[in-house]
Parts: sequence; C-alpha cells; structure tokens
Amino acid sequence: MKYWRAPLDINEIPIVRGIVHIIADRCKGCGYCIEFCPREVLAFSKEFNKKGYHPPMVVSDGCLNCHYCEQLCPEFAIYTEEVPPVAGSPSP
Amino acid sequence: MAKAKQRVHPLEDLIRTERIPHIWCPGCGVGTVFSACLSAIKQTGIEYRKFTMVSGIGCSGRGAGYARLDSFHTTHGRAIPFATGIKMANPELNVIVFSGDGDLFAIGGNHFIHAARRNMDLTVICINNFIYGMTGGQVAATTPHNAQSATTPYGNPESPFNLPLLAIASGATYVARWTMIHTRDLTDTFAEAMAHRGFSFIEVLSPCPINYVRRNKVKLMDLVKKFQTHTIIRNDADPRDLDLDFEKGVVLGKFVDIDRPTADMLYEEIRRRRAG
Amino acid sequence: MEPKVLTGKHFINGDVACAEGAIAAGCTFFGGYPITPATEVAERMAERLPDVGGTFIQMEDEIAAITSILGAAWTGAKVMTATSGPGFSLMMESVGLAVVTETPCVVVNVQRAGPSTGLPTMGAQADMMQARWGSHGDYEIIAMAPASPQEMFDLTIEAFNLSEKYRVPVFIMSDEVVGHMSEKVVIPEASKIHTVSRVRPVGRKDRFKPYQPLKNGVSPMPAIGDGFNIHVTGLTHDEQGYPVMSVDTQKDMISRLLAKIRNNIEDIIRTEGYLLKDAEMIVVSYGVSARTSYTAVDEARRMGIKAGLLRLITVWPFPDHIIRELARRVKGFVTVEINMGQISREVERCAGANASCCLVGHAGGTIITPDEVINRIKEAV
Repeated sequence: MKYWRAPLDINEIPIVRGIVHIIADRCKGCGYCIEFCPREVLAFSKEFNKKGYHPPMVVSDGCLNCHYCEQLCPEFAIYTEEVPPVAGSPSP
Repeated sequence: MAKAKQRVHPLEDLIRTERIPHIWCPGCGVGTVFSACLSAIKQTGIEYRKFTMVSGIGCSGRGAGYARLDSFHTTHGRAIPFATGIKMANPELNVIVFSGDGDLFAIGGNHFIHAARRNMDLTVICINNFIYGMTGGQVAATTPHNAQSATTPYGNPESPFNLPLLAIASGATYVARWTMIHTRDLTDTFAEAMAHRGFSFIEVLSPCPINYVRRNKVKLMDLVKKFQTHTIIRNDADPRDLDLDFEKGVVLGKFVDIDRPTADMLYEEIRRRRAG
Repeated sequence: MEPKVLTGKHFINGDVACAEGAIAAGCTFFGGYPITPATEVAERMAERLPDVGGTFIQMEDEIAAITSILGAAWTGAKVMTATSGPGFSLMMESVGLAVVTETPCVVVNVQRAGPSTGLPTMGAQADMMQARWGSHGDYEIIAMAPASPQEMFDLTIEAFNLSEKYRVPVFIMSDEVVGHMSEKVVIPEASKIHTVSRVRPVGRKDRFKPYQPLKNGVSPMPAIGDGFNIHVTGLTHDEQGYPVMSVDTQKDMISRLLAKIRNNIEDIIRTEGYLLKDAEMIVVSYGVSARTSYTAVDEARRMGIKAGLLRLITVWPFPDHIIRELARRVKGFVTVEINMGQISREVERCAGANASCCLVGHAGGTIITPDEVINRIKEAV
C-alpha cells in the first residue's frame, strides 16, 4: 500500500492478511467480487465452472481480509479468512 | 484440524445448501441482500430457532426457501398478514418478512400500511428492483417515471412510491434504506432492525440485471456503481426528500428509530388486565 | 372472567354458539373482518379469546384475516375465521394455500344471498359450490352444515377435530337464519367434550420430511421453533416441502391431498336419516332448509306418502355412496336448499337414471316453507 506520508504508528499496527476461498462451482460469473475488491485481488479465470461461467481467481496476494467479496457475492461462492500472522515476519 | 473445519462458507449453516444454486440470475442483487440478512441473523446472537422467515411471491419472495429456518413461501402479497398471525400467536419469535417491491407495495400494499400502523413487531425487508422480475419485467409501483417495462413500452406514465415516506406515514417505528452494495451497513441495519421491538422496514435498492437493466439500456455495473456514486448517506433525513432520483442523489441511511408499544405487547396488556 | 367452557344451558344465537364451540375446541387464534351476518362470531371471539390466553385480531380485510390464521396455525395454535359471501370470495386465495400447505383451520361462512353484496341481512345457501370449488385447482375440503345454534356449537368442535386430524380447511357452512336464530344451547362439561389435536413429529430432526404421510395419509405437523427447519410453500412441492416443478411431483402431491380425504370418508361423512327405512320419496337437505324439511316429511306421511329425509351434516365430501345406495330402491329425491340448484346437482349425479330428482329452491332472502316442499313431493310422487 502506498501512503502520501507514513503513519506514525506504521510499525506498530499489524496489517491483517487474508486468504480468499472460492467455491468455483457456485459462481454465476457476475463479477461483483472482481469489480469491487478494493485491493484488486481477483480476476476472471479462463476456466469454466460446471455451470459454464468463468469464476474468479486470485491474482495477487494483497487480500486484507475485508470480506467485501464475501458479502457482495450473491451466490455464497467466495469468502475470506484471516491468515494467522507468522511469528517474526515483518509487516508488509 | 481447525483449518479443515473452517473450510466452508461462513453462512453455510443458515443456507439450505441442497437447494443451491438459487434461482436468481447472475448479477441479481437479491442474493447479496439475502446474504446480508443471514449475516445479520448470525450477528444478533439469537438462537436460530427463534427466527422465522416469511416471503410472498416474486424473485425476492424465493428468499424464504433458501434459509435454513422455519420458512414460509406464501401467496402473492400476503407475507405480512401471514407473519402477523405468527407474531401475534407466538410473540417469542423473531419474524422476518423478506420480499420484493411488487409483493409488498402493490398487491400487498394494504397489508403493509396496516402492519406498520399496528406497530406489528416484524422486520420487513423490501428488495426494490423497480420492476416485476419474475413475470418478465412489467411496470411496478416503484418503476421510475418514463422507464421502460414490458407493460410500459412507451415509457412509464406513472410515478413511483417513496417507500420510506409511506412507511413512516403509516407508523413504522424503524425505517432505513440502503443499496445492495452497502453490505456492511445493510447487515448492521438488519441486525439492529431484528433487535428493534416494533415494525421495522428496510428498503434495499437492487438491480434486476435482465428485466430492468437490460430493457432500460443501462449497464449492470454502471447501475451498481451509481449505487455508490449517486447516493448520499443522511440519517434522519426529511422523508419527503427520499424520492428515488439518482440525478439529485438518492438518500440512504436510517430515518426513523423510535419506541412505541408493539401490537403483541398491547394485546398481552389486555390479557393481563382481564386476568386482574 | 368466564371459564373456557361455558358448561350449562344457554339461550344464544348461532353465531355466538359457534364462537363458544371454537373456544371449547381449543381455538386460541381468530383473525377476522366484520361482515353481516357473521360479525357476531368475531365479536364473541374478541370478547372471549383474551380470557383463555388466546388472540383476536381484526385484520384489514378478509384476505388478511384468513392469511393471518394460517400463519398462527404454524405456531401450533388452533385457528378460525368467520365471514359471509363477499368475504368468502376474498378468502378463496388462502383457502388454496391452506389446502396445499395442509394447514388446519376452520372457516365459518354465515351465508347471505349473493352474488356480490346481494342481500347482506338475508339468508341463503348459495355458496355451497364455492366452498367446494372456490379456489383454483384440484383439491378436497370438508364442509359442515349446522341446522341450529346447538349444532353451531357441536359442529364447530367437530370441524376443529377434523381439521386437526386431516390437516385440511374445514368450512362451517351456516346461513343468516341459523347464525342469527336464538335457541337453547346445551354446553357439556369440559371433560365430556372430545377434542383432537394435530399429530406433532417425533424423531430425528435432520431426517424429518414435513410432507411424508403417516398411514392415514396425513403428515405430522411441527410448529415454528420446534427445530425442524421446515419449508412451507404454496408451490407444488415434494415430501421435503421443497418446490419441484414437475408433472410427477404435481401428480404425487395432488393425489395425496385428495386421497387423505377420499380414503377416509367413512370417518368424515356425517348424515342423519329420518324415516328412511321404507321411504319412497327422499328429501335431501341441510342447514336451515333441513328444519322445514322435517315438517314437510311428517306432513307427507300424514297424507300417506312414504317420505323420508336425508340430512347432510357434512356436505363435502359429498356422500355419493349413500345417495347411490338409496337411488336403487326409492322413487325419487327432492333436494331442498336456498339456491337455484347446487347440491341438487350432486344428488342428480349420484342418482343417475335410478331415481327422479328435483329441486325445491329459490334465489335467497328467506327460508323455504314446508308447503313448498310438500307440494313438490306430491308432484314428484
């Protein structure tokens, strides 16, 4: 993330990381998760699911576990989970 | 181990997964609003079996059929009187009416105003997609003036309801409006409305990608983005300013949240008085 | 405060007796809407229900009235509504919902002359076919026709019992005359009143199928909050209660809805015979018209005509087998009813070519006199 100035407590605030789970066969390809992801983590995949839609795929590791894709998805086809912080790893 | 257990959608326990995929079209907002409703049920922390969901007829009316609760898919327009019977016969239950604009405000309009007047303790969620979706896009009581529909091929000569104004004038004690992309506010509002004692009404603007959006030559993503860019959050706004004018900016927020004795409380009071 | 069952002798009208029957049967929810000549049922229920822990609500119209009782029924309550012609027409939508969702409920129709607003304060029996066929689609219901305030009490209890047992709407097809007539009504002790309640499901909640019938064709019915997570829909549904849009599911569902009534007619149908044994001319009647028919039969006997009376206590399901059997040995049937020919057609259908059939009826507004019946019997002989 780019800041116009670094927050004073940037080194103290742990930044949450998320992992995106996609239940591909539930997807109907509306694209809301892709369009509205604030971190542009998702894109349409080239693959077809069993209903014939292109489900989303994860294209970056920038997920912050905001759950917006999960909440927007009309199909219960995507959700995010927090990645447990690895001890000793620096904040991104 | 813990990870394996987590590998299901967080709402899995509240969905009738055996009925998924649901009937809603790709891009239809009903699924999103339904998801927010289930999240809100979770958020309240109230035991699931204390909830029941009642729907009428229409696309949104299919909601009840996907909730893993005691759920009722009634006749067109009659979700509110059915829910009224449930609530009055068992006030312990948290009764959610999940339905659409045509169901609640055209064929069911009379029931709506009377339930609001009685302050019947229901949470009424109205998905307003401006059209009769299930029957193929006919004009609704919420279709904008001049809009195209299957039964207004030359533009809609009529004007739509201002639903929050109608709800407030009828006596609703909790009134709010969001759009389907305001998922967090929507979930919090639903949860607050479920906890509210009295008649709660939440209007949720939502796109009908096939029968409204396409027919009116709008792009689905453009309409949904308008929900973000052409809306203003103004709590306690004057209800007369709540008409749906995207050019002027559609007002969202919570407009009413007041306490008034509910129908079931007042009836119980009569029972108590009679018992001396 | 009055007790739940008003044991003793009373001088009350039919509408009030009906309300007392409902309370005695265990009714705890009434959704109503005022309409002449059924209003007194609602008024009495409004007075009585809060005292027995029940709920009365006056809804915004008859559509809401009947729909509210269906919702209430799913909380486990015994429920009732009461109306007359115009309201009965509005209720037809939810009659269908009650049938297809198998929601027990009692619907009272204190009939007045129609069509439309008709004669609000004057009686008729012209909604009999509407009770049978008024909602769209194929279905079976039960309808009873009380002939006195006493029967308004007794049959309302019966109606609740049948409704609970078969999970079907049961109609009390009364009329303005019986509804507004005051007579002695004897209410027995509470312990002497037989009441039936719906069967509730037991066993594993996750394997429960809400529309899987027991031996008698009826499924156990849970209440909201029992933890079965049932889904109830007016759409054609499978045994799980889920909508399935298929020819086979439709066939299965409709067949079951019909069978649970048709296979139990012995248990459901109630008739009363008077001087039937050697009768050659049979008067078929029900409700208020049966009262005058008794006098007519007695008079005909005095004239030497072998007349008898078959009084229908339940009108629907129709007692086909009884009429068919009688038709083989009698000369003819005279159906007496305050309409231009409704149940008379059923009698004709069952009698076929075996016996002559005719109607004593008129367009409504007053009762049928014994003289009209006697004259017709004489002609028919």
